[in-house]
Parts: sequence; structure tokens; C-alpha cells
Amino acid sequence: MCATCGCGHTHSHVEITLEQKVLAKNDELAAANRTFLESREITAINLMSSPGSGKTTLLERTIHDLAGRELAVIEGDQETQLDAERIRSTGCPVVQINTGAGCHLDAAMLRDAIDRLQPVRRALLFVENVGNLVCPALFDLGERGKVVVISVTEGTDKPLKYPYMFATADLVVVNKVDLMPYVDFDLGACRAHVASVNPKAEVLALSATRGDNLNSWYDWLAAA
Amino acid sequence: MHELAIAEDIVDAVCARADGRTVRRVTVRIGKLTAVVPAAMRFCFDLAVEGTVADGARLEIEERAGEARCNECGAEVELADPILLCPCGSADLAVTAGRELQIVSMEVG
Repeated sequence: MCATCGCGHTHSHVEITLEQKVLAKNDELAAANRTFLESREITAINLMSSPGSGKTTLLERTIHDLAGRELAVIEGDQETQLDAERIRSTGCPVVQINTGAGCHLDAAMLRDAIDRLQPVRRALLFVENVGNLVCPALFDLGERGKVVVISVTEGTDKPLKYPYMFATADLVVVNKVDLMPYVDFDLGACRAHVASVNPKAEVLALSATRGDNLNSWYDWLAAA
Repeated sequence: MHELAIAEDIVDAVCARADGRTVRRVTVRIGKLTAVVPAAMRFCFDLAVEGTVADGARLEIEERAGEARCNECGAEVELADPILLCPCGSADLAVTAGRELQIVSMEVG
């Protein structure tokens, strides 16, 4: 009998040291995506948020306002082509990823979508992640920048409730500021909450529907 | 439920390394600042090993506390969550531990 665990086998068990990163495979694929995108001077922006924050509306407005720039969109949702259809109706190249039961995009899914989309050289590529403020935080896609979108209807304390997500952001967009008169949302406190989990993140308050402060968003994209 | 994707990643990695041998135990290191929940990890690991050479393997989890150094006062601070705040009031902290997510070792045979 095995002395280690009494499993009934006559052989001895072997200890193997691995000391390797979990998600090493995803990180490798993300690095390959990053190299590929940089070789084509494509700027990929990963948009993450809870469902209903206005990511797709922000993209529709951005596509309209940046008509002179080459844009492309990859849409991630568990099911349906609905968001891709909204983007397609603007004339912008788009592909939809459906993750089924999956709660986030990963680097392999992004590579597959890039192969289908074939974005042109120097394009600004938006990746709209699955609406979820938890899981997408862990998966590097190979993007240039991570943007977390929240809306004023979600509450001031979102950055404290979902700190892992906000800790990854390069930029936090606070959307739907046109609704500020109707909701109890404290922008100053929200900025302080973002800073408490991520002192380096920028915060932009805007309205994708009414157009408030969109120039700051376009300036950020131009510098990304 | 990102733990399932992570568990599948762990099982893929250990099965590749096991090279056909039966995997008896897998040890992973999970930092408290990684958003990976050990209980969910155990549940998903048991699902992910089904039908593989790691089927029935025991999962051992080494949890690592979050730690940071304050760039203002130099104190070593323990972090229970990713909110960066030193007792001195500074939020300028450099995280030194708690972001680990590693496969440490395994036992085969």
C-alpha cells in the first residue's frame, strides 16, 4: 500500500513543483494579441461595466461623432446579436461574440473575433465586454486600455462594492449625468471612492445621450 | 463565476504536466486581492477534473494575505480588501502581496 495516502497502490507518489501563474495561457494569448495589434497600430479599448450602464449607447454616439476615424467594434454578450445589430446600423464594422454561460471575454475569444473582423491598420477597436463588474477584471485581452463605465443611477458606492474591477481601470466613465437632478448621486464622493481603490485612474463624467463632456472622452481616446 | 474558467486553466496545466499519470493533489496559492473565492474555487475544481487524469484529486489552497507599503510613512499595512488606505491617512500604497494566483505543486502517481 502507498505510504503517502494509503491508496492501495504499490508505487510511490511523486511531488512536482510547478510555481506557474494560473491564467498563464490567457496571459500568453493576450500578449500575442497585444503584439499583433501593435504591429498594425490598432488601439484596442476594453469597455467593462454592469449591464445597462450605457456602453452601447456611448459607442453609437462615439461612432457618430468620430466619423473621420477608422473604428471597429467587438461586442460581447451571453446571448443575442442585438448590440451588434445596433452598431451595424451605424455602418461601423462589428462582430458579436456570444459567450453562452460564460461571464467574461478572454484572450482566445478576442483573437477569434479579431480574425473575423479584420480591423484595418490604425483602427480604434472597441471591445464591449460582457456586462459584469466582477469576472472580466481578471482576464487580460491584450488591449491598450481598460475603461470601466458606471452610470449615475447605479449609486455612488459602486467602486467600493466592486473594487477589483475599478482597480484595473485606466479610465472610469460616469455616464448618464443628465439624470443627476433625479437621482441621489454624489460625483465628488464617487471620485474619492475610485481613488481609494485606484489612485491612477482618471474619472470622466459625461452623458452619451445628451452629449455632456464627450470632448473629454474623445481627447482621452485620441491620447490612448 | 470566473472561478470555473480559472479551475479549467489549472486542470489543463496540471494534466499537461502529469503526462498521463494520475494527479493525486494540486496545491494553488490564492492572494486575497485577486477576487478568487476559495470555496467557489473548490466547487469548480471538482467539476473541472471530471473525466481527466486529475479526477478525484485533492485541492489544497494556500491563502495569502494582502500587504502593502505606505509610500508616505513607510508602514507595512495589511489589506483585507483592495481598498488602499494606510492608518496614517495616505492612499499612496504599493501592494507587496496578495495578488498571487499560482499553481504551486502537485502530486502524481
